[in-house]
Amino acid sequence: MPNTQQLKDLTTQVRRDILRMVHKVNSGHPGGSLGCAEFFVTLYNNILKTNNQFSMDGKNEDLFFISNGHISPVYYSVLARTGFFPIDELNTFRLINSRLQGHPTTHEGLPGVRIASGSLGQGMSVAIGAALSKKLNNDNHLVYSLHGDGELQEGQNWEAIMFAAGNNVDNLIATVDLNGQQIDGSTKDVLPMGSLRAKFEAFGWVVVDIENGNDIEAIQEGMAKAKALTGNNKPVCVLLHTVMGNGVDFMMHTHAWHGKAPNDEQLEIGLAQNPETLGDY
Amino acid sequence: MKTYVNTGNKDTRSGFGAGLTELGKTNENVVALCADLTGSLKMDEFQSNHPERFFQVGIAEANMMGIAAGMTIGGKIPFTGTFANFSTGRVYDQIRQSIAYSGKNVKICASHAGITLGEDGATHQILEDIGLMKMLPGMTVINTCDYNQTKAATLAIADHVGPVYLRFGRPKVPNFTAEDQKFEIGKAINLLEGTDVTIIATGHLVWEALEAANKLNEIGVSADVINIHTIKPLDDQAIISSVKKTGCVVTAEEHNYLGGLGESVSRVLSTQLPSPQEFVATQDTFGESGTPAQLMKKYGLTNEAIFEAAKKVIARK
Repeated sequence: MPNTQQLKDLTTQVRRDILRMVHKVNSGHPGGSLGCAEFFVTLYNNILKTNNQFSMDGKNEDLFFISNGHISPVYYSVLARTGFFPIDELNTFRLINSRLQGHPTTHEGLPGVRIASGSLGQGMSVAIGAALSKKLNNDNHLVYSLHGDGELQEGQNWEAIMFAAGNNVDNLIATVDLNGQQIDGSTKDVLPMGSLRAKFEAFGWVVVDIENGNDIEAIQEGMAKAKALTGNNKPVCVLLHTVMGNGVDFMMHTHAWHGKAPNDEQLEIGLAQNPETLGDY
Repeated sequence: MKTYVNTGNKDTRSGFGAGLTELGKTNENVVALCADLTGSLKMDEFQSNHPERFFQVGIAEANMMGIAAGMTIGGKIPFTGTFANFSTGRVYDQIRQSIAYSGKNVKICASHAGITLGEDGATHQILEDIGLMKMLPGMTVINTCDYNQTKAATLAIADHVGPVYLRFGRPKVPNFTAEDQKFEIGKAINLLEGTDVTIIATGHLVWEALEAANKLNEIGVSADVINIHTIKPLDDQAIISSVKKTGCVVTAEEHNYLGGLGESVSRVLSTQLPSPQEFVATQDTFGESGTPAQLMKKYGLTNEAIFEAAKKVIARK
């Protein structure tokens, strides 16, 4: 298992991938991707127990579902750099005839992806279904999912959150990327959601806060705590407090880079802040 | 002329329930999900036989579709059950992204389709669902005509890999197809051989088409009657070979004429064998409260309507 320094190096490289992918096609979503880089790197290297060969069925391994599919750059970069498909394929992001669609899909057969996401609010239900399937199969592995905080404005989430608690879906760890931003501004300005902890707890979930969601050791500690809470009749929610655009100073703490690519000059500034560690694709 | 015997009126939804009960015993991967309509969908026997494989999701259809999609991962074959309106329009985006686009092996089973659920009125009826579902790439769309066929279709879709929309209804209608039939997805059934007009019907209108053919026979008109239980993929060849004989067609369905079976048949004929066609279908309208029989009469979905349409289309040849 990689040590913290190795994970930090990988994170830096993933940030470069994200910037270069969205820059090349002048589209895509760098802000949320950068904010979740540490989470994805830690999840795929130190948390998820996956089989060597990808299979859609995912029996006898941990599963991960992304619900906020627009942060596909970080997802693709980490999948490629953990061996799901060739790193070179990152070159094809959002291009015609690519497996790396703007939002993740199963349609083109990209290894690592088990559900399409993009239209928001659907991933929680899917993750619950996969968790129920594991229980029926007597498969003790866990199901992880990631959701945007703004995404929780979609009502289907709350149907799912109510169901999971009511049906003791305790093999599920749903993480919310709490960056406080969405397309039109801060979540506070667009639609205040109040306390997510209080809401999840009121629905019957147990909640773990990771206060510094951009710190690899904090993520490891928080996710270990979350994992220890599974199997106790309650679904587990992780509130991952992140900074949107983390690691690229001019993209941080703003919604401005939700769905906007850097220009040539901005790319150079961003890359200079994240020197090459493992080799660009 | 071949005759079909009604062995007693039965509801198609009970055929679904019987099929699901059988699947529960024969296929351990079959799971069932319901959004607070277990009795209406006749899923209660499966529920009591296999409580561990039955998931009551409450009044939350969007969540039900997502959970069903997720359950396919791990090899389950989920059957969802609710009314047709809440199985399609209410959850279109969930079906589109999580099931159809993701290629998930979910069976969307929809009762109370069309207007024949009756007194509840237009909020609970749907005349657009065939159109909604057939537009989705990869979705198989089936509308069965009686109890026996619905049971057979329920068994058959479990063996088909891929998303399926199975449409059936609430009222008790004639049960006339064979009890032991094998259901072939995408294969039309020629019920009557005729030479003057082709009648292509689906769902509850199939029995009406047979009744209309009897009346046509009395005035010396010979009707070819086809039961199209699978609207997608459509059996183009069966349509073409029948219309080659007859030169004209009446389509009959408990659905809007926009987006339904009739338009699918038009597409086949206009590209391969342009021929006069008349539509027995609702005319771009919502339904309303009333008894099933009153509604079918008011909205022109009777054997009399098919009879008149047949005379009209023959005159246009």
